[in-house]
Amino acid sequence: MAKRVGMEIALAAAEAVALCKPDVVAAYPITPNTHIPEHLSDLVAEGKLDAEFICVESEHSALSACIGASAAGARAFTATSSQGLLYMGEVMPVVSGMRLPVVMAIGNRALSAPINIWNDHSDIMSQRDMGWISIFASNGQEVVDMMIQAFKIAEDREVMLPINVNLDGFQLTHVVEAMLFPSQKEVEKFLPDYKPFAQVHPDSVVSMGTLGLPEYYAESLKARDEAMKGSKKVIVRTWKEWEKIFGRLYEPVMKYRTEGAEALLVTMGSMGETAEAAIDEMRSKGMPVGLVKLVLWRPFPFEEIRAAVKGCRSLVVMDRAVSFGACGPVAAEVRSALYDQPDAPAIVSEIIGLGGRDVLVQDFVALAEKGLKAKKGKQTEEYEIYGVRGS
Amino acid sequence: MSIVANFDLYAPRLVNKEEYFVHGHRACQGCAEALAIRLMCKALGKDAVIINATGCMEVVSSLYPTTAWKLPWLHVAFPNSAAAGSGVSAALKVLRRKGKISDRPVKAVSIGGDGGTFDIGLQALSGAMERGHDLLYVCFDNEAYMNTGIQRSGATPFGASTTTHPAGPASTGKSAWKKNLTEIMIAHNVPYVATACPSYPIDFIRKVEKAKKVKGPAFIHVLAVCPTGWRCASEKAISMGRLASETGVFPIYEVVDGKYSLTIKHDKLRPVADYLKLQGRFRHLSPDMVKQVQERVVQEYNKLLDKVDNLHAWSELKG
Ligand SMILES: Cc1ncc(C[n+]2csc(CCOP(=O)(O)OP(=O)(O)O)c2C)c(N)n1
Ligand code: SF4
Ligand SMILES: [Mg+2]
Repeated sequence: MAKRVGMEIALAAAEAVALCKPDVVAAYPITPNTHIPEHLSDLVAEGKLDAEFICVESEHSALSACIGASAAGARAFTATSSQGLLYMGEVMPVVSGMRLPVVMAIGNRALSAPINIWNDHSDIMSQRDMGWISIFASNGQEVVDMMIQAFKIAEDREVMLPINVNLDGFQLTHVVEAMLFPSQKEVEKFLPDYKPFAQVHPDSVVSMGTLGLPEYYAESLKARDEAMKGSKKVIVRTWKEWEKIFGRLYEPVMKYRTEGAEALLVTMGSMGETAEAAIDEMRSKGMPVGLVKLVLWRPFPFEEIRAAVKGCRSLVVMDRAVSFGACGPVAAEVRSALYDQPDAPAIVSEIIGLGGRDVLVQDFVALAEKGLKAKKGKQTEEYEIYGVRGS
Repeated sequence: MSIVANFDLYAPRLVNKEEYFVHGHRACQGCAEALAIRLMCKALGKDAVIINATGCMEVVSSLYPTTAWKLPWLHVAFPNSAAAGSGVSAALKVLRRKGKISDRPVKAVSIGGDGGTFDIGLQALSGAMERGHDLLYVCFDNEAYMNTGIQRSGATPFGASTTTHPAGPASTGKSAWKKNLTEIMIAHNVPYVATACPSYPIDFIRKVEKAKKVKGPAFIHVLAVCPTGWRCASEKAISMGRLASETGVFPIYEVVDGKYSLTIKHDKLRPVADYLKLQGRFRHLSPDMVKQVQERVVQEYNKLLDKVDNLHAWSELKG
């Protein structure tokens, strides 16, 4: 039996990546993801990981170097947060457009200004439409498992898309947790060597990154969209395989005590853990509430969301990012998933936990109570930024 | 026996007969940048991977579903051919070490225009050169952002009229001098740095061959005449490159481990006016401005000669 090992989750993420034997790692420091590449460079320095670690001069170059490495046939990894992710922005769609299975860990952090190093989801939301598969972890074990799964999913011939695994800054990156690690042998069996589909090398002369005129551009995007939609099947298959080997199940949407619930909270990321505690407390007092945790953000799991909330009267969707003047991004997606459903629940959209503001059990309770009172067709606000001074 | 009359006999001995940048690309007539790329590829031979920044050469050569490249070729974006090249270089190294690709040296060669090198790509270039990857960077400098319509860059010469710094009643074209990127690369202690021009094809080819052999970073700055952007006759592209050298506007030299040498020498520099007057981008220059350019060119040229005469190779500076 594997033994649990206690360590900081960022280091655990690096250990998990190292088990996948990446050929090239390129990264640039930014809090709170930095311990991930630092630890990988430790492993390289100790001779435990045979990889080229490129200490680039910017995040733009970090991702560009990963593109070059991946195009040349290497398994490539990077990590970043916040402004660093935005600095990569120009090349984010290039990775998916060139169908390169680069894996990235994002230690999610708020965006400037005001400058703030703490957690929310503004960074990844700004990169939502870049053609990357996006997965959210809610605890350390999930981070370890998802890092390894990510390479397998990304490199699947039916997928060939980059993946970002999101772990909330500090709330996850800097927390010490006891986690199970698969053995090197187990990972090698689960994750075969990367066999590139095309590779810039004189043995297989190819032009990559060509100019797409209007006659071809749309076909390229459609192909990417089909791959993205189709990736859900591969993701679910990979997660089932993982469960068979390691006994831990992942699903695009995870339910917690939803049976008989009238109101459901919807969370993404580490909030889900505290939310479970809050649900337990409320259930013990007889409140008919439950929790739905969104694990897969892109591709968006429409059917799974519909199935998970079936029968409930109201949903409280908790976002950690603002689309200014419009919505909480998760709530907007959930609404669009349910709009056409005959018995769609009332939806309360709450934006919470911005810039590292704690979300406490009592906040979940307050929002669940609001959910229980919500009536379809009687909503007066599109969304609320919760618990803000002066409101 | 004259070399010219017996070109077919001599040429293969001087130059690789194989073509790796082939017909069908859409560069303008007389484009010396396309010629320079063709020559560079010949010098590199088949064991190279090209990483191309966005710009004229990328656009004219890679119209899907066609390609003019018979070398493995990668385009990522405008500012990052040096960074993407770092990744290719690192991948070639580690994959060879792990036995995942064939066991022979393959050179990563990043290329970019002056915009992609002097300006938006300077940080990525500096980082790549500082890190010391086994990477050759070749800058094809046509002295403006040509792909987007002849806008000013850090490489545009003083006085040149561009679409973003045009000459007019209240403007005399670019008011700043050209950035000396070659010196910036030398300051990075890059072991092989050179300037070149396809108007001197054998000199350029030999330099690419030398740079390819360096196990580490190398940089070549190529002046690439762009008849479209310079507003000169397309059949003048080759002679224009020669004039740039003969006037001292673009000296052709190399710096090997810190040691400078002129590889194309002229006993006496021709007046810069001979060069400027053939180009529409300088048409508005007053005699006074031509004089300013002349003085600056001589001053820069003398600075270079001083380095040729007085600077030593690093190996001579030991102990
Ligand atoms: C980030 C970014 N900014 C601007 C552009 C638009 N752009 C494409 S090519 C180019 C100019 C290229 O100039 P240069 O590097 O000198 O190459 P040339 O076309 O002259 O050969 C510009 C401005 C871009 N593609 N990406
Ligand atoms: S604009 Fe200039 S550099 Fe571009 S293809 Fe035409 S001649 Fe060549
Ligand atoms: Mg240019």
